[in-house]
Order: sequence, then structure tokens, then C-alpha cells
Amino acid sequence: MIAKTLFDKIWDSHVVSSIPEGPDVLYIDRHLIHEVTSPQAFTGIENRGLKVFRPEKTIATADHNIPTKDQHLPIKDSLSRLQVEKLTDNCKKHGIDLYGLGHPKNGIVHVIGPELGITQPGMTMVCGDSHTSTHGAFGSIAFGIGTSEVEMVMASQCILQPKPKKMRINIDGTLGKGLSSKDIILYIISKISASGGTGFFIEFAGSTIRALSMEARMTICNMSIEMGARGGLIAPDDTTFNYVKGREFSPKNADWDKAMKVWSKLKTDNDAKFDRELHYKAEDIVPMITYGTNPGMGIKITDKIPLSKSLPEGSRASFEKSLAYMGFEAGSSMIGKKVDYVFLGSCTNGRIEDIRAFAGIVKGKKKAEGITAWIVPGSKLVEKQAKEEGLEKILNDAGFELRQPGCSACLAMNDDKIPEGKYSVSTSNRNFEGRQGPGARTMLASPLTAAAAAITGKISDPSDFIN
Amino acid sequence: MSVDKFNILESAFVPLPVENVDTDQIIPARFLKATVREGFGEKLFMDWRYDEDEKEKDDFVLNNKKYSGSILVAGRNFGSGSSREHAAWAIYDYGFKVVVSSFFADIFKNNALNNGLLPVQVSPGFLEDLFMENSKDAGCMLRIDLPEQEITILKNGRKEKFDINHYKKECLLNGYDDIDYLLSMKEKILEFEKKL
Ligand code: SF4
Repeated sequence: MIAKTLFDKIWDSHVVSSIPEGPDVLYIDRHLIHEVTSPQAFTGIENRGLKVFRPEKTIATADHNIPTKDQHLPIKDSLSRLQVEKLTDNCKKHGIDLYGLGHPKNGIVHVIGPELGITQPGMTMVCGDSHTSTHGAFGSIAFGIGTSEVEMVMASQCILQPKPKKMRINIDGTLGKGLSSKDIILYIISKISASGGTGFFIEFAGSTIRALSMEARMTICNMSIEMGARGGLIAPDDTTFNYVKGREFSPKNADWDKAMKVWSKLKTDNDAKFDRELHYKAEDIVPMITYGTNPGMGIKITDKIPLSKSLPEGSRASFEKSLAYMGFEAGSSMIGKKVDYVFLGSCTNGRIEDIRAFAGIVKGKKKAEGITAWIVPGSKLVEKQAKEEGLEKILNDAGFELRQPGCSACLAMNDDKIPEGKYSVSTSNRNFEGRQGPGARTMLASPLTAAAAAITGKISDPSDFIN
Repeated sequence: MSVDKFNILESAFVPLPVENVDTDQIIPARFLKATVREGFGEKLFMDWRYDEDEKEKDDFVLNNKKYSGSILVAGRNFGSGSSREHAAWAIYDYGFKVVVSSFFADIFKNNALNNGLLPVQVSPGFLEDLFMENSKDAGCMLRIDLPEQEITILKNGRKEKFDINHYKKECLLNGYDDIDYLLSMKEKILEFEKKL
């Protein structure tokens, strides 16, 4: 038998047929939908006189648009309200389970999937949102799609996809203090650039990855898309199985044993070939922060912003444009730069571990004057757990407030917008111009670095706050 | 939605020599609240096109009367970021039929093709030539020949071949879309489901 990668094994077992010189027809196990990228797709299939083909394999939530305060009240913004209502109507009409606004298990689509046990090893999963790659942390093939593709899946539970190339990124060794998996992924993207993974599906491997919790693995796979990759995945192991076991939708009893037989074989064969393979050492990784307007523009927090002349000529104009937008000078140091806003949340870092990490640093301290902080849990269940664990109390004592779940300032479709020209340290995944609001200046970092900024009011090295 | 047919296009082009143009620039998230596909062209490159008072910014190419045509020529790594198809809708709705760059983000490329917008990937050298020719003559014409998979600068005849997946090419030439194809596969899909 020829040696296969984990990716090949899952992909090949989902190919319904292949078009000669064209894409594969890939069967999709789980389709996640939300209010923003689904309405036009529902209209599309209805115009063809179709119903959703496999509603029981489709799960919906409202997350992108919703407010993170007073969720019991009607949504104020009329367009957002309409989108959310449209989703409710569409789900009702087509028999789709909806974890909508007000549902005790509502939350960001990529947070609730894993949390409810919907995400399982070996699956193919899609969603009209690029950070669908998050679910790859469970050893599944998960990727974001456009609305036409959402319509394809609604119509046929299949999608036409050319098979991507395969890359493996190995990270070995032990992470130092003040570090989290966010730093690992920001470090890798800074090395291979925001387009270095284009055309690839990436398997993350190595002892550093194996030692990470599921939450931390999700952060890595979540941001695999920020290097241009189609998605990222990690082979499932005991950490994965322990996480999945006992959740609402995970297999039970005899079904569990049956599933485990399949899941335990989900790994890359020893001599399988990748189109590209990279190696990094955990010891080289330090707390990271971005200074520019794409996620590849990251540096060690203690480093200085590079000089234009140190870059290839073709990239200088974009680099300078980016610094002008950020209001930063080339060659200046990141440490000590003023911060106005701190955002802890999103499908990258809005899980319970992230709130614990943030609370761990701010405990017994006070929010810096002049800082506005939005602490936004990824889901209702995360919110509940944060309260039960006493994290909300720690946050409140330090002058912070726990908001209600949603995508919030990650893409600023609701009221949580960073004002023009203001600086935000954000645990989300994108620092594009205007991503957090028109004119907003975003610096991406880990929850620990965000916490350090929140209590000092400036960019600070989180390792200084860890005993 | 079936797509418009595409065959050969001759047109001047609009130059956007910026790298890493991401989907948040093409269509900012705050405009994603619509529940229909139409009307996104007005919002294309919103924050580059208009200032806070919604006045046109003179220095942005789309506001410069010098440039016209249904081809957009942009810097490397065009369309990175979000999977929002609204980006492709906005470009198409604005009136572009082709985007030329030396590198495209994956999802954007798919989304474009699914909406009848042709992404043409050229070599970095050819892209530079395009920008240079355009700086000399803003009306510089291009010919995009899909059957031959060829892009030509009409003035000097300089041309380059471009790649496109055979299946997608057929779809564009004939105005088919993927859903028609998938629906024709129903039997096979049902067969496949029995094995699950
Ligand atoms: S949190 Fe941000 S990245 Fe994640 S699903 Fe929401 S908008 Fe997308």
C-alpha cells in the first residue's frame, strides 16, 4: 500500500467522483452556517425550486452581527436584525437546527462546533467563513467557502474542490514562559508570510503541538488561513479523544467504540510525502505582536519594526503604506507603544483557556487608565464557565467586564468598533486596514500580551508578569 | 445562479499597484449585512474611494477619470483574507469582468470563477510591464482570450499564457455553474451515502 498523509486519507475517503482535469466532488459531513454568508445561498436554492438536501448535517448559529450587550433586547441595527431574522426563517423552513441569539448554547460558529461535539476526527466540514480551518485541530478537513459553495452544499451535500498540495510544519521542543499557541502561529506566519501557504493544506506536527491542549491547537489551525493556506489540521490523539468524549453530539457507547477504531488510525504514515516540509524549534519562539496590516507583519515583542531598506524592493511600497496607516515609524520599538483598546475574544482566542490566561495576569491588578477593554467569550457556554470558575469576579475586581458572546470587534459588524486612529491589541486573527472599524489600528497578540497591555496601557512583555 | 459566458475581451484597464489587497479593503465587513447579492459594486473599495464625509478621494484610481475599462490589474496576492464572496460580487457588480495579478488568494480565485469573474495570473515581469505601459498611456488596451488562455498588450503585442482549470474554463465559456453539475450527480451521491 502506498503511504498516505492524514489529509489524503480523509480526502480520499470523501471523494464521490473526480472530474477529469477538474476538481473532485467531495462529500461534506458537516455544514455550518451563519447569518452573513447564508441568505443569498438560501435564495439561490429556492430559485431552483430546491430544499436543503441534508438539513440534519447542517448546523446554524447567529454570531457575526449580534451585539455583545443586552442580547435579550431586539437588535438595534435594522440590517443586522433582518439578517438574523432571515436566518431564523430559513432554518425553520428547511428544518435546520439553529443555535441562534438567545439560545443557551449560542456562540461563534467555530467555538460551538467543537464545544457541542459536532466537530469530530476524520470529518469533512465547511462553513462560509474562512476560519473554518479551526476545526482541523480535531484531525478533520475543514475549510472556508464562498456563498456559491454554500449553495452547492445546501443543494447536494457536496462541493467541487481541486485537491490542494500538502505541507507539514513541525514544531519541536518546550515553550518558554509567557508564551501560548498564538505566539507559535504568529511566529510561523511571520516566517513564511501571509501568502506562504497558498495552495496548501497544512498538517501541524511535532512534540510542541502534541503537548498543546485542544483550545491551543484550535488557535493554531484557526490562523493557518492567515498564511494563505486552505486549512490546517492536527492528527487526533488522546488529548483530542478526551475532549470529544461525552459532548452533546459525540458518539456514545457502542458507537464511541466503533468511532475510536477509525479515529485511532487517523495519522500520517511514516514514509508519506509532503510537497513541502518545514521545521521550527519551540525554543526560538518568543511573545509575538504584529506592527503592520497583514498577519505576516509580526515580530518579537522586544524587537524593533524593520527598516524599509531591509526588505525586498518590490515589497517596500506596501510596507510603507502599512506603517503610514498604523502611524508607526520604521526602526521603532514595539515595547512601550501606547494602547487605547484591548479586545480578548474571537474564534481564535475566545475560549475558556484564553479567559483564564487573561484573568491570571490581571488578577489583583487594575485596568490601566484610558484603556477600553472588551472581554468577549466565544460562546454562552464559555461565558457560563467563566462565571462558574470565578473568572468574572477576578475580571470585575480588576476593573474589567465580561460581555456576551459573538464575533464582536474581530470584524466589527456590530457596535464593537475601534474608533478611527485608535490602537487596539487584539487576540483575533486579522489586522487588515479597517478590520476592527474604519481607521482602526490593530496589533495582533496572545491573550497574555493583551492582558499585559490592559494593565499597563502600553505594549508590554507578558513574561514580566508571570512568576 | 448561472454565470455569464466569457470568451474574448478587449478593454483598457484600471491599475491598482498595491500588494496584498485583502477582502476587507475590497468590501469592508460593515457592508455584509445585505441579504441579496445585488448592489455591492457601489461599496467596492469603499474606504479607499471615499473619505469620512463620503466625498470621493481624488487620489484613488476608481475616482480618476483617466482610467476606464472592465479589467482590474492589481499587485501581488490579491484577495487574501476572508472567504466572503461579497468581494467577488462587488468587483463584478462594479463592472469588472477580469482581474489580473501575479498571485491570487485561493478562496478568492474560486469565488471569482463561481461568479463569472475571470482571475488571470501573470508573471511578476508581465505585471510590471502592464503597470509601466499604463503609466505611459492610461488607455492602453488589453486582450483577454479565454479559449487560447492568453493575455496580450495590444499596443506592442507582448503576450503571456495563463492557467485555468479545464473544468472551470468550460463552465465560463458555456455559462454553466457547479450546482447544475452537482445536481446531475445525485445518483452517485446517494450511492456514496449508503457507504457512510
Ligand atoms: S470571530 Fe472573527 S474570524 Fe471568527 S468567525 Fe467571527 S468574524 Fe470570523
